[in-house]
Amino acid sequence: MNRYRGRTFALELTMVAIALVVGFPVYVLVNLAVRSASDTSSPISPTTSPTLQNFTQAWQQGALGGALLNSVLVTACSVAIVLAVSSLAAFPLARATARWSRGTYLGFLLGLVLPFQLASLPLYQTMRDLGLLGTPWALVLFYSGLQVPFTVFLYVGFLRALPRDFEDAALIDGCTPLQGFRYVVLPMLKPITVTVLVLNSVAVWSDFFTPLLYLSGSAQQTMPVAIAGFVGQYVTDWNLIFAALVISILPVLLVYFVLQRSIINGFAGGLKG
Amino acid sequence: MTTAPHEQLSDHARLPDAEPVPRVRGRARTDPPWWFALPAVLLFAFVVLVPSVRGVYYAFTDWDGLDPHFSFVGLDNFSELFRDPDATQAIRHTLLIAVSITVVQNALGLLLALGVNSAVKSRNLLRVLLFAPAVITPIVTAYLWRNLLGPDGAVNSLLGAVGLDGLRQDWLGSPTVALWSVVGVIVWQFAGYSMVIFLAGLQSVPKEVHEAASIDGAGPVRRFWSVTRPLLAPALTINLMLSIIGGIKLFDQVYALTGGGPGHATDTLSTLIYKDAFTLGEFGYSIALAVVLTIIVAVVSTGQYAVLSRNERATS
Repeated sequence: MNRYRGRTFALELTMVAIALVVGFPVYVLVNLAVRSASDTSSPISPTTSPTLQNFTQAWQQGALGGALLNSVLVTACSVAIVLAVSSLAAFPLARATARWSRGTYLGFLLGLVLPFQLASLPLYQTMRDLGLLGTPWALVLFYSGLQVPFTVFLYVGFLRALPRDFEDAALIDGCTPLQGFRYVVLPMLKPITVTVLVLNSVAVWSDFFTPLLYLSGSAQQTMPVAIAGFVGQYVTDWNLIFAALVISILPVLLVYFVLQRSIINGFAGGLKG
Repeated sequence: MTTAPHEQLSDHARLPDAEPVPRVRGRARTDPPWWFALPAVLLFAFVVLVPSVRGVYYAFTDWDGLDPHFSFVGLDNFSELFRDPDATQAIRHTLLIAVSITVVQNALGLLLALGVNSAVKSRNLLRVLLFAPAVITPIVTAYLWRNLLGPDGAVNSLLGAVGLDGLRQDWLGSPTVALWSVVGVIVWQFAGYSMVIFLAGLQSVPKEVHEAASIDGAGPVRRFWSVTRPLLAPALTINLMLSIIGGIKLFDQVYALTGGGPGHATDTLSTLIYKDAFTLGEFGYSIALAVVLTIIVAVVSTGQYAVLSRNERATS
């Protein structure tokens, strides 16, 4: 299985070919983003005189800087809140055997199945009444609740597989329950926290439906909505649109390639948790 | 380690006096307090539970989303829904897309995982590259593909360049092809995601078991079927659940690629919910659609979970 033979070489070539096919759209994306609008040659032939003008124009006209900032703010705040409240909730839910504990956990499991379309329309009214519509805080509040069931589910599953002797020892030694959580349980949760952090960040960062609803018509946009607005405005100016797409992808891919090991393990981590 | 030894000692010595060990009643251990769960429960109730219950109520009204005066209409929204060809068609599309994505994405994901799990030299690079599309925002990849799949787009150019002119077409403008183009875009983006989960499952198969089977005379196909497959069951469960539920809730890619068109050829439940609520102002009816979506997700996911977990127990 570990020897490198002729058949392995054939497999290697096949896999590289597949990777090229998967990467083809990205080649076209960059190829057209550096092309001026007057160049009408085939989208697959390499651009002869590349320009960066599309990028500066997209950045200025699409207000992408502000959108990027909003996306970072919303993602960071929501994920921080979700992780804090969910890990704290997972502690009693994984350990207590009382009826309230099992009932609450089942309630969260129910939340896994509810599609957010059901809640997001009535919540739209509530957000309007609270004056939160059109502000990033509506999104922070929404994701802080929406991502809780899934996060609690992963934390509880992980914690149940760990022995409770350490916490018990800490409590007997005089820790308050909160200290026991902070200094004993939380460090043990580190592997699953990476998973939960990665999955929640990608989910919040990528979500389009919610900001489309709660931020529509406001100057405050997140990256996905800003991109959609940009496409709507410059309908056929694809070179400019592609430059905007590259700008929105670049920070994500940068983070991905730097942290690829933790990110891929994070995505696969739900399997072990 | 800057703490001086005597400080540690005094710390230890002080503890029992300052805070006596709680008296242990009956059981030898105390459970963490219930109020630790309170912030999570409140957020969940405010954002998900209460609005969902309100949503179910609105599904039985003719509310337009603005007017404070609305009336209870019983099951009217639901009977209208099953007479409405747009709605029944959207339900069909939703199920068709979800099943197609689930089958194709997981088949490809498994093949890729087997390829990357082999002795090929570029396996680490391949893993990183093949997974990369999954971290990109779906709406962004969908806009990219909208151009690539256009009449003068890169896909048609490529087909022309390799002499397959007969396959050139308007991938998103043709009512018969558009739905499959949407499926193709999603598979392109998430096959690497399935791959990564299968890969984690494959790597949990101990090498010794493979070697033992090999010594006993099992060929590669037999080894896959009898050794790898049963141990892949948990990965398969997760992959199938993720792809089918994701497929049923699909919104972003359809919105960006076709907007549900041409006509209603690619409308899913989610795009119809959005259109009915926010462009047509039929809030009650839209929520009735969301209730149908909820029922489909609940039935499919619990059914699938029951079958798969029985399968997992049977094979492991």
